[in-house]
Amino acid sequence: MQARLEDVSMRDMRERATQGGPLVIRGMTVAYDRKPAVFSVDASFRSGRITGIIGPNGAGKSTLLRAGLGIVKPLAGQATFFGTTLARSRDRVAYVPQRASVDWDFPARVVDVVAQGLYRRLGLLGRYGRDHDDMVMTALERVGMEDFSARQIGQLSGGQQQRVFLARALAQDAMLYLLDEPFAGVDAATERAIIKVLKTLRSDGRTVIAVHHDLSTVEEYFDDVLVMNVRKISDGPVGTAFTPEALETAYGGRLERGVRDPQKARA
Amino acid sequence: MNGADFVTFSLTPLLIGSLAALACALPGNFLVLRRQALVGDAISHVVLPGIVLAFLVTGTISTWPMLLGSAASAVMAVVLIEAIRRFGRIEPGAAMGVVFTAMFAAGVLVLEKSDTSGVHLDVEHALFGNLESLIWLDATGWTSLVDPVALAGLPPELFRIGLVTVVIGLCLAAFWRPLAISTFDEGFARTLGLPVRAIGLGIVIASALAAVAAFDAVGSIIVIAMFICPPAAARLMTNRLGAQVAWSAAFALIAATLGFTLSASGPAWFGSENAVSAAGMVGTVAGMILACAALFGPART
Repeated sequence: MQARLEDVSMRDMRERATQGGPLVIRGMTVAYDRKPAVFSVDASFRSGRITGIIGPNGAGKSTLLRAGLGIVKPLAGQATFFGTTLARSRDRVAYVPQRASVDWDFPARVVDVVAQGLYRRLGLLGRYGRDHDDMVMTALERVGMEDFSARQIGQLSGGQQQRVFLARALAQDAMLYLLDEPFAGVDAATERAIIKVLKTLRSDGRTVIAVHHDLSTVEEYFDDVLVMNVRKISDGPVGTAFTPEALETAYGGRLERGVRDPQKARA
Repeated sequence: MNGADFVTFSLTPLLIGSLAALACALPGNFLVLRRQALVGDAISHVVLPGIVLAFLVTGTISTWPMLLGSAASAVMAVVLIEAIRRFGRIEPGAAMGVVFTAMFAAGVLVLEKSDTSGVHLDVEHALFGNLESLIWLDATGWTSLVDPVALAGLPPELFRIGLVTVVIGLCLAAFWRPLAISTFDEGFARTLGLPVRAIGLGIVIASALAAVAAFDAVGSIIVIAMFICPPAAARLMTNRLGAQVAWSAAFALIAATLGFTLSASGPAWFGSENAVSAAGMVGTVAGMILACAALFGPART
């Protein structure tokens, strides 16, 4: 019964995906204390691609994502997921927040956090059974964290915590993955593990959108980019949108060739 | 102390104290994890003028007027804080501190000047609790537990705190997953479609309910210890949320029973004739449990 329901929803998903993109943002404007963080951004993200949202610190990249997801309230604008509202698409959308946005001292083990990704299957009182446990372990294996399943989350390195967050999103089995700075402050092994997972998601026909600030890896990691600094500057395939002119506009005088974003140096 | 005396003088205070400690410790876990311990403090202060107000209006101390009075004074506190913050141009923490203490002080003054001789409500009891006086005069021994006439004479506070504890426990069990997810990661919880604002409000309401019901047992000042000490100590014992809540319940029960017992018999061991305040001892034991957990708890790092 469960399996058949999932088949139906998968087909439904693909049909809808052809009608409207996985994420379309229109006229999004967000302000903190009257200062606009995002101003009138329109963006349409292509299905089955890995898109990077690029821009300097304080450019509103994370805010754009969070406004689209309804985590912060925009002043104006709207986001459409798979041609419909977020409320109707929640089973198809997975969000990976910034690692620093939560308190890792929280009393939970790695498996407890990954199991949060199953909430929409389990509901309030649904029994957590063996197959749920399998889903959690599969997700952990995909990010190479299966040996840490019983570890308290505060005892993990930054990179391991980031992988746990990604595993939670994988457990959601979504069609659209929204990641906020997944590579911020992680070790090289984690960075490779994450990009491998993202490319697997793409080859499964899923869509990935990631906020990113390391300009040196953009061409290697992403198919499409959205370059922004409060306003949208350019978007499209990396070859046409990730141009020196666009970066000059986004970063102003702060950009020097070959120098990574200062945010990376600090992290 | 023989069985009959125990049932008459100790059984109901022990039960009421234990239930009150439990009712506070359960939501206290989430207050502590959300770094909202101050909210528990605020609630315990705001509750007092609300209860006094309810008494002045109705002339009795019964559950619903007390809850409504507390709710009214909580609303008033929120309005006052906002007004002071806006017109006084001071930081929110200071505005909160001023409003809570001022309202609490006003509650004490009004209480002092009102005629409460007919009921268990005076300044000392409001501040430090009333545990020793919540006795079961109709009891003649253990057989009274099955005697309907004697049972009818049980202190009404027992039913009030019992009901509140059961309601809080059931809500905790039913909403366990949303509570855990939204406490750990509010942004993620929102993307799951969880009503995170309502959940946060629910925790505050449950805490207020517990504070009003525990008022009889431990008073306005010590109730904050019951919100904070058992969960904070429990966090140092385990790295799992479920286990933490279980530990906090155990610590709450230990603090209540040990505190009550020590207050009644402890001074005698040291040659003193007078029993000490039960609520004071409960709060002290809770603090000592926290101190022990901080020194020896296995999950301190």
